[in-house]
Amino acid sequence: MELPTLASFNLAAALPMLIVAGWAIVVLTADLFIPSGHKHWTAWLSLVGLVGAGVVLGIQFAASGQQPLIAFNGMFVADGFALFLQAVFLFSAFVSILLAVNYLSRRGIERGEYYTLLLFTTTGMMLMSAAADMIVVFLALELLSIPLYVLSGLAKPDIRSEEAAMKYFLLGAFASGFFVYGIALIYGGTGTTALTGILGALAGDAPNMTFAVIGLGLVLVGLGFKVAAAPFHMWTPDVYQGAPTPVTAFMSVGAKAGGFAALLRVLITAFPSISAEWGTIIAVLALLTMILGNFIAVSQTDIKRMLAYSSIAHAGYILVAVAAAQFADVAPFAASAAAFYLFTYALTNLGAFAVIIAIEHNDGSGTAITDFSGLAHSRPLMAAAMLLFMLSLTGLPPSAGMVGKFFVFQAALMGASRDPLLLAVVIVGVLTSVVSAFYYIRVVIMMYMREGKGHAAPQPALLAALAITTIGTFAIGIIPAPIFQIAQKALLALSS
Amino acid sequence: MSMETVFPTFLTVLLAIPVVGFLVIILTPRTQENFIKWTAVFFTLVTFVVSLALLSAPYQSSSELFFAGAIPWIPTAGISYALGVDGLSLWLVLLTTLLGPIVVISSWTAVEERVKEYYAFLVLLETAMLGVFLAQDMFLFYVFWEFTLVPMYFLIGIWGGSNRQYASIKFFLYTKAGSILMLLAILFLGIKGGTFLLPDLIGMDLGIGTNAARWLFLGFAIAFAIKVPIWPLHSWLPDAHVEAPTAGSVILAGVLLKMGTYGFVRFNIPLFPEASQFFAPAIAVLAVIGIIYGAWVSFAQTDVKKLVAYSSVSHLGFVMLGLFALNEIGIQGAILQMVNHGLSTGALFLMVGMIYERRHTRDMAQFGGIWQVMPVYSALMLIVTLSSMGLPGLNGFVGEFTILMGAFNSSAFGFQLAGIPGSVLLTALSTLGVIGAAIYLLTMFQKVFLGPVTVEANRSLKDISARELVSLLPLLVLIFWIGIFPSPFFNVMTASVQALVHALPAMAVLP
Repeated sequence: MELPTLASFNLAAALPMLIVAGWAIVVLTADLFIPSGHKHWTAWLSLVGLVGAGVVLGIQFAASGQQPLIAFNGMFVADGFALFLQAVFLFSAFVSILLAVNYLSRRGIERGEYYTLLLFTTTGMMLMSAAADMIVVFLALELLSIPLYVLSGLAKPDIRSEEAAMKYFLLGAFASGFFVYGIALIYGGTGTTALTGILGALAGDAPNMTFAVIGLGLVLVGLGFKVAAAPFHMWTPDVYQGAPTPVTAFMSVGAKAGGFAALLRVLITAFPSISAEWGTIIAVLALLTMILGNFIAVSQTDIKRMLAYSSIAHAGYILVAVAAAQFADVAPFAASAAAFYLFTYALTNLGAFAVIIAIEHNDGSGTAITDFSGLAHSRPLMAAAMLLFMLSLTGLPPSAGMVGKFFVFQAALMGASRDPLLLAVVIVGVLTSVVSAFYYIRVVIMMYMREGKGHAAPQPALLAALAITTIGTFAIGIIPAPIFQIAQKALLALSS
Repeated sequence: MSMETVFPTFLTVLLAIPVVGFLVIILTPRTQENFIKWTAVFFTLVTFVVSLALLSAPYQSSSELFFAGAIPWIPTAGISYALGVDGLSLWLVLLTTLLGPIVVISSWTAVEERVKEYYAFLVLLETAMLGVFLAQDMFLFYVFWEFTLVPMYFLIGIWGGSNRQYASIKFFLYTKAGSILMLLAILFLGIKGGTFLLPDLIGMDLGIGTNAARWLFLGFAIAFAIKVPIWPLHSWLPDAHVEAPTAGSVILAGVLLKMGTYGFVRFNIPLFPEASQFFAPAIAVLAVIGIIYGAWVSFAQTDVKKLVAYSSVSHLGFVMLGLFALNEIGIQGAILQMVNHGLSTGALFLMVGMIYERRHTRDMAQFGGIWQVMPVYSALMLIVTLSSMGLPGLNGFVGEFTILMGAFNSSAFGFQLAGIPGSVLLTALSTLGVIGAAIYLLTMFQKVFLGPVTVEANRSLKDISARELVSLLPLLVLIFWIGIFPSPFFNVMTASVQALVHALPAMAVLP
């Protein structure tokens, strides 16, 4: 066996991720010399790194065409799917930094670590989207998770923040345990951890199917935890509520997208031979997740908790697309629908959290739904933006969320004639989205139909984040074709 | 029939004018209330005037779509931006643009709070409604359909009566629940047909089998039935109508309900001819129940607005009966009756709003002898009431008579009861609704306008103002015009309706 050389790693394929990782270390070091009280310099520095990685990513995307770039001896595949999701992660991290700049100093938790940790978890997500080996998926999962555990507790000594970090860490570690054990069993069943290897082994003679299937089940538990799918969602409301709000915002979109990236890649590239089995499991999870998330959200009084359950519900909608991917002919469309949905969800949810951050008080209170009272009067533009985000989360026009839902259900219906369960999933999906209208509209009622005490103006960085997300949510709702086509082009590579 | 790949410029401009008005309004400081009101008048009037150009196309001779065009919107999913107008939709488009300035003018003094937002939502709603009638792509239709919910929700929820929040949420959730089933049907059709373009899908062999087509029919039908509303899905309507501000009620009655009946004409009947025939008897029976039930419940009301609201259930029952007679005359009558109902009930709501603005009550017991104090207003109210009742010479008669003729001659209601054919039976029963309308409307008129003045506060009421008269006059002119000389209104839709009916499979003629 030849020893690998540095050149054979083909680091160029992983360049955007490596830039973010390297930049995280630069920021970590630089932050030591940035005096407290000026930590926004750290933020601007981090943004530079993200933009740089974004530019490289763009060049890669333009240059790669249909050809996936492979690095680390096939353990890292920067195909269109990975590149699309990496763009989503970079975008989410970018906005989350804008969300945090003023917020951290306002709450008296201005620590440069926020930015370093955010860059590290972004690295983990980017790795996750390109991981073509179960070991690398696990590595990415941990790199994604550990900084998030710390970030959740960033607001210490706020007891809720500490609770969030502890809970997230304990349950997260537990889920990782499932995941590792799953990998071990899959290895036991197929003799390999490489996704293409698993595919081959399952098609070849004498794989141990029992091990492989149980192993996949355990992997699903681990990833289900990350994407906040029922019944592995228990941590979500407490962590979302307790964590500092920008962290919640990033977690709700980034960690979810990371989890789904791995889920889609593992299921579609390694396990198509048992797609009927996992299709059924995912469909049942989707049913549970949509019903549970939407119905419990109705009774929430805190907006962060409500959006936590809403985030569970949205995981359910994305699972609908994953379930549809069990059919080889539907898989490309389903995966692009899921990726597109993740992007629209990121836009919308980051925007919604931006509004929450704007009205949150300096002590972390002020996140009750009633705190939105009279927003349309005191801050009409912010209320209009929040209205757009609520429409988008409900799936009403003119918003990105509506198009996202449309594609997800379209994907599922493509397979529905072959699997009655999938048809049931779609019907439950559309019906629960009516339920969701009920709790999103409550925010609108507060903003537009109640008197309030007035709200502070959003600070500049926050305003920038709001502008980006609002324009994005609206524009993609009107002209979805360009982004969707990128998502579709991206996904062809994954399934072929 | 396929659509040309050109940009539908004229109809896009028509859709865009209210949007421009919306933008001007939201960029105006909220203290400039007069400017905002005049802006709303200006842009809705311009929309109306521009929309009159639609009359120039030769609808009489062709059932094709005019001013039409389609460009790819989301090409990979087969979705286009496609607009067009034909004999089925022309009158509804014009009704919408006509009601636009009318509701703005009628709100002049009625809305005093949050004026800017009010007019912004009102003009935005006009674009959404026009979009529903113009869209020729199912996805685009769905987008506009859903979007009408948002401004209407606010109009009821912010400027409505005391129970507005309940009413607005009920309105929202009912419609959303219906439209979501339609979404599934749309998606399914789009996947099967490979396109969402309606003219391409009509007549295409989708190979989906009779049963699937019937389910899809139901997916659309439930969404539309809630909107119409067909009994027993009507319970949101009285709440929404009573709580909505006057303009909201006028738009609800005038246009939003027509979106439901229009949906049946545009989607259900041409897309699923077999299923339409299969469900025609059931829908006709529900329609007749609605006719009688609406009339009956109207009679029991003490609130004038609620009375008008329930009368809509009855009137829309006639429209549904005419549509599912599935013959030329029935469908023509139904389309004309959609317009008639928009004019008459729109005018009724306007006039109820006028008196409510003066007295802040709509309880019939609080009135009596109004004719003595407000003679002009009362005389006009009489005309509108008679129009709604279906008095010969006024518009309502033409519509109802045509519908009843269509129903009587229909071979779509294939059942018999005690030897009487369904068509005869249903027609006979629905005439009860005509009689009922006379009873409840005349009772209302008598209680409110005739007799001595019983309540002191009514003595000082001012008669109709010039502004109010302006908002009412166009409706009155049309009420007479359609009543006396309806043939131009029928001529425009004949070709399209013929094409629609001829596409239906031949029906077994009853003995």
